[in-house]
Amino acid sequence: MPVNVRIVQGLQEAASILASDRGAQLLGGGTLLVRDINEGVMTEGTLLRAVDPALLAMNTGGARVELGAGVTMAMVLANRDLSYLHAAARGIGGPAVRTTATIGGNLFAATPYGDFTTALLALDAVVTLHAGFGGARVMPLEEMLANRARGGVGLVASVGFSRPAGADAFRFVKVARVRPKGVSVLSIAAHLPQNGGRISGARIAYGAMGPTPLRAKAVERVLEGRSLDAATIAAAKTAALEGTQPATDAIASEWYRREVLPVHLGRLLAGETS
Amino acid sequence: MARMPVQFRLNGSDRAVFVEPAETLLGTIRRGLGDFAPKFGCGQGTCGVCTVLVDGEPRLGCLTLSVTCEGRSIETASGLADGPTLHPLQAAFMEHFAAQCGFCTPGMLMAAKALLDRNPNPTRVEVVEAIAGNVCRCTGYEPIINAILAAAQQRGVRRA
Repeated sequence: MPVNVRIVQGLQEAASILASDRGAQLLGGGTLLVRDINEGVMTEGTLLRAVDPALLAMNTGGARVELGAGVTMAMVLANRDLSYLHAAARGIGGPAVRTTATIGGNLFAATPYGDFTTALLALDAVVTLHAGFGGARVMPLEEMLANRARGGVGLVASVGFSRPAGADAFRFVKVARVRPKGVSVLSIAAHLPQNGGRISGARIAYGAMGPTPLRAKAVERVLEGRSLDAATIAAAKTAALEGTQPATDAIASEWYRREVLPVHLGRLLAGETS
Repeated sequence: MARMPVQFRLNGSDRAVFVEPAETLLGTIRRGLGDFAPKFGCGQGTCGVCTVLVDGEPRLGCLTLSVTCEGRSIETASGLADGPTLHPLQAAFMEHFAAQCGFCTPGMLMAAKALLDRNPNPTRVEVVEAIAGNVCRCTGYEPIINAILAAAQQRGVRRA
């Protein structure tokens, strides 16, 4: 049976179909699923195209930001309120990919893709999920990614997070061999709120350093309560690799990723351009 | 699997076709409608030779399902020239030797058109960014970048 496409209006209807049909997958921009069809990886099943306007909603003006899962990277780049996320959005493909690639799709992109998710993880994002036939529920992104690795998630309707305190409080770097567009060797996102010159509530996330984007909790512990000076950065670099499980692929070896991660983390924390 | 009806505008003409549910826009344009300007390259969203404009935005025809294009306006390189008069981008590509084998050219032209329609006076960096998703294995990119900058300048002269 070839691949079918089913257009559904509401998120709850789409979630119900996903729960009852194991062969059904939600179609975002198509940059992952249509590629699978072209390559013969996906030969049967159902693609659900949900046209609920809620998927495109953007609430970006206040302290709390809410983005629909269908919001594209181009929409993020066109929104001045989201300037702190522009580096992460610009790192996703070329312009023709960014007009279709969605936030929701990026949450499910296999490593070494998923750089935007890395940024969301450092923002302590939560996702609003529709799973099965019940109502919506909110789940930390970190938990959703763990569930993704185990194979069960549901339908992600939106992501929410608090706006970073200041322009310098959120930093992102994507390390790629080809610029301006290339697949990640790795990516690092850092949210570094400061209180009286000392870091309070740091969040560091890595992309392409594990099966899914992951938090660098050892680095966060090192940074907590300290000023961002040379000694702190050196200590953070020492702790950089704890908890990482990088893979070897066509872009870089596991060894190379381990070698360069502390270097780029140090540069990001020091405010230097990689 | 039942075929699905889709209607859209292709280079200014209303078109109605029946497509397979998971048929790509590239397949519909090439096989269904006989416009062979956009090419099939990688099928992965990596090379950009299938770039078309959907409602003025650059899209990859190989990763866009036709059923998602209902009611949209599609532009391909076939619609650039006005009769015998080349589009300024086409003329600049010819003038600056920006096409060698020509396989990437239709995608490059549409990526460049998307840029100039939005930003008539781009910087060199903006041109490089605009064609970042389009691979060329012949030219080394420099003639293409120069052609796009020249076309922008030419269009600016025409407006003045």
